[in-house]
Amino acid sequence: MARILPEPTPETQHFWDGARNGELLLQRNKATGQAYFPPRPFDPNTGSRDVEVFKASGKAVLWSYVINHRPRPDMGTEPYAIAVVKLEEGPTMMTNIVGCPQTPEALVLDMPLEVVFEKFSDTISLPFFQPAKS
Amino acid sequence: MQKNSVAVVGAAETTKMGKIPDVSVIGLHADAALNAMADAGLTPADIDGVATAGISPVELAHYLGIKPTYADGTSVGGCSFMLHVRHAAAAIAAGHAKTILITHGESGRSRVGAGGFARAPSSLMGQFEMPFGPVGPPTMFTVPVLRYMKTYGVTEEDLANVAVIQREWAAKNPRASFKDPITVDDVLNSPMIAWPYRMLMCCLVTDGGGALILTSADRAKDFPNKPVYVLGTGESVETPMVSQMYDFTSSTAFKISGAKAFDEAGIKHSDVDHLMIYDAFAHLPLYGLEDLGFVKPGEAKDFIRERNTAIGGKLPVNTNGGGLSYMHSGMYGMYALQESVRQMRGTAAAQIEGAKISVAHGVGGMFASSGTVIFTNEK
Repeated sequence: MARILPEPTPETQHFWDGARNGELLLQRNKATGQAYFPPRPFDPNTGSRDVEVFKASGKAVLWSYVINHRPRPDMGTEPYAIAVVKLEEGPTMMTNIVGCPQTPEALVLDMPLEVVFEKFSDTISLPFFQPAKS
Repeated sequence: MQKNSVAVVGAAETTKMGKIPDVSVIGLHADAALNAMADAGLTPADIDGVATAGISPVELAHYLGIKPTYADGTSVGGCSFMLHVRHAAAAIAAGHAKTILITHGESGRSRVGAGGFARAPSSLMGQFEMPFGPVGPPTMFTVPVLRYMKTYGVTEEDLANVAVIQREWAAKNPRASFKDPITVDDVLNSPMIAWPYRMLMCCLVTDGGGALILTSADRAKDFPNKPVYVLGTGESVETPMVSQMYDFTSSTAFKISGAKAFDEAGIKHSDVDHLMIYDAFAHLPLYGLEDLGFVKPGEAKDFIRERNTAIGGKLPVNTNGGGLSYMHSGMYGMYALQESVRQMRGTAAAQIEGAKISVAHGVGGMFASSGTVIFTNEK
C-alpha cells in the first residue's frame, strides 16, 4: 500500500520543492529573524508579510513521541515512533526517526538529530530525522 | 454576561448507551433531544434555538420540526457543547432566543449513519502530520506527553493511577460501561496501543448522546426540575495540529478558557465542590488540574495519587467514571456537562452531598480547543 503523502498548496509548495532537493526550508520574519512552521506567507508572531524562505540547519533534538502499535498498512511494520522534533531554529515538527531502533531505550528525549530525506514520488520526499553523526 | 441569568432546565442522555446498532447518528440526537424535552415538560414547538456539532443545526432543527430564531453550529471537537452552552447563555441574555436545545449524538462504536475521520491531504494536518503515521487520536493526543513526563517526573504508574481511580467512581454508576475494579498493574499490563499508552489509559468507544435545554433564570423556576444556573463560562482554541502546541507540558487553550470562566463566575478554586475534566486519555485530568489552576504545574500526579480526586477526596473529579470508564462516543463533552447537571440537581449516581458549584471542562480535537462551564444550584 502506497504511503499517505501530502498534497502541497501554493503556500507550502516551496517546502516540498526543498524537500525534493534535499533541503529543509523554513520561513522567517525578515525584521526579527524569527523562524516559524508550518509554512504560510506571513509571520504568525507579528502578522508581518515581510518574510523570507531560508535553508534550515537540519539539526534538531527529539522533543516527544509515541511508539505506535496500531496497524497502519502504508507505514510498513509496527511498532514505529511518531515523533516531534524541536528544530535548532525553534519550531517543532512531526516526523519519523530513522536509523535507530524504535524503542524507549534507543529514543531518548533531547538526543541530537539531523534531517534526512526519503523519496516517495517524483514530487514528494518526506523529511525524517536520524541520530546526529557529527 | 450577568451571572446566573440563564439556567439548564432540561437535561438527558440517550435512552440506551454503549452499543446501539439500531439507531443512526441523527436518531441518537433526536432520542436525547426528546428525552431532554420530556425532562423539561416541553415539545419541539417550545424550542426556538438549536445548537449542535457533528451534524448541522439545520439537520437537527428540521428533523425535530423546530423553526428556530437562533442556530449555532460551532464544531471544534468534543468540547463544542461547552461552547454551545456559553453561546446560548449570551443569546438568551441578548434576546435572540428564549429556549435553546443543545444536542449530541454519535455512533462511535456501531458507526450507523456516521461519517469518516479522513483529513484532506492538502490540509496542514494532511501535509505535515498524517504522512508520519498517526492512526487516530490514541497516536496523536498522546504525542506531547513524554515531554510532560520528563519535565515533571511523571511515571507510567501516575498515568495508570488516573484510570484506576476513575474506575472506582464508575463502579458506583449503573450506566457505566466498565464497573469492575482495576489495579495499576492491570493498566500497565493491558495491550500496548502507542507507548507509553496502554489500552486502559485510553477512552472507550461507544454509541450514545445527550441534550440540554437552557432558558432564562426568571423562567427556570416554572420547570419540573431544580434549575441549574450558568455561573461562568470560557472558551478558546489553540491548534489543529498537536505537533504545533505552544507548550507540550500545558494546554494554552485550557488556561485561557478556564481563567475566563473563573473570572466570569467570580469564584475561587476552593469554592468548587465537583469537577469534570474531559478525559479522552489518562493525561487529560493531569493537564486539566494544572491548567485550570487547581494545583501548580507538575503537582497533579501527587494530587491524584493522594486520592484528592477519588471517592471521599476534597475535589471529586469525573464522578461518572469519565471517558475512560463511563462512555465515550467521540465528542464526550456533553456527558461531562450531563454529570455536572446531575450533581447540581442532586440526582447523580455518585452524588456529592451538598455540592453547590460544579465545573465542566472540555477539550476538543487533540488539544485543539477548550470550553469551560461553571454551574451552580444556588441563585
